[in-house]
Amino acid sequence: MAAETMAVTLVVNGRTRALEVAVHRTLLDVLRDELGLTGSKECCAEGECGACTVLVDGDGINACLVLAVEADGSSVTTIEGLGVDGRLSRLQDAFLAAGGVQCGFCIPGMVMSAEALLARQARATPAEIREALSGNLCRCGGYNQICAAVAAACSGEGHEAEEER
Amino acid sequence: MFAYARPEGLSETFALLDAEPEARLLAGGTDLLVGVRKGNVISPLLIDLKRVAELASGISEVDGALRIGANTVLTEVINDRRVQETYPALVAAARVVGSIQIRNRATLVGNLCNASPAADTAPPLLVFGAILELAGPDSRRRVSFADFVTGPGRTLLERGELVTAVELPLPADPVGSAFQRMTRRRGVDLATVNLACAVTSGGVTRFAFGAVGPRAIVVADGTGMLADSKTDPVEVDALIRRMTAEATPISNVRASREYRQAMLLVLSRRALESARERLAEARRGG
Repeated sequence: MAAETMAVTLVVNGRTRALEVAVHRTLLDVLRDELGLTGSKECCAEGECGACTVLVDGDGINACLVLAVEADGSSVTTIEGLGVDGRLSRLQDAFLAAGGVQCGFCIPGMVMSAEALLARQARATPAEIREALSGNLCRCGGYNQICAAVAAACSGEGHEAEEER
Repeated sequence: MFAYARPEGLSETFALLDAEPEARLLAGGTDLLVGVRKGNVISPLLIDLKRVAELASGISEVDGALRIGANTVLTEVINDRRVQETYPALVAAARVVGSIQIRNRATLVGNLCNASPAADTAPPLLVFGAILELAGPDSRRRVSFADFVTGPGRTLLERGELVTAVELPLPADPVGSAFQRMTRRRGVDLATVNLACAVTSGGVTRFAFGAVGPRAIVVADGTGMLADSKTDPVEVDALIRRMTAEATPISNVRASREYRQAMLLVLSRRALESARERLAEARRGG
């Protein structure tokens, strides 16, 4: 059955959202324009840069390459879903502490790819971190600080910072 | 703009295809949706196959083969223990397709149906003798992957037909295999040259070369010379040159014809060495 719009249900950052979406709209369009979650960025719009990375059922994907209707029934986590009660997550804190953020445009995607890595394994080698972030481009070239941030989050440094507050 | 349909079974899928011959099939969508957005693909209907029961993702052992369902994404192929043990060249190839985000979404079958001359998964499937299961409204057939791709973006698929699974024959005796490729930068790039090598316990060595012709090709050496690690390297090079002579690379933005030919020899040597070592390890029971 073909249709121009379709009813979809998404669990976004833990909250169930029932929407009527145009079938040609991407998951990224719907997150940004209909749900107001503008943390995920549109940059290349062809799956090269990773700025739109979100987790769908736990896997990092390019939200610009997924139609919203394809994600029907899925659980989606965006950068807005990481913090709790207005406090940043340990990983987000580690990005701040390491100076991982320059212009900031790539950072939500970077953090989501790192989040997917840390969900799979608590410890990661520098090579594993670079591999995990290899689908995310940073035009500022701030890769060393970004990788340092993820390494710090792995080793628990960010966690200590959080506990000190 | 396009319409979207989400069938749950093959018969419904075939009915949709019959009613709209210009429809395109959507699996991972990592190529199709880029094409649609850029206007290179214009289709009135996208048929999403992800909920078609007969195409379910999964890797299972069936009748002496490992069967990979059409909706199986590359990440699942990479993480499967049986694929890792028996077809390391396929794991190595799948690991370099796109990025992690792409591999979480893109399917192995989609990569094959896309029929890019540079598809990284094509050379390993050729050296392993992969079979594709095809289904149409009134037909079921199995075709060798070596015959499936007929040219850039072209396959044997008839109108209304689709691929339901890939089968990799499980070898009775150990096979050593390896994948090599050359890219302009270290990661997340299309191959300038890619190839796979498999050496059987019986001494047959197969090479498949990609990105050096309109489609990947497979060639075999049955003399046992290449499989034998004691063969003089000069003779090995001569044998490899004879096999790579069937490649017909072109010059394009990624490399010149001459450079591709030169690199075929270098990468073939490396793949052969690694495939021989893996075979020796497997035979030692390692």
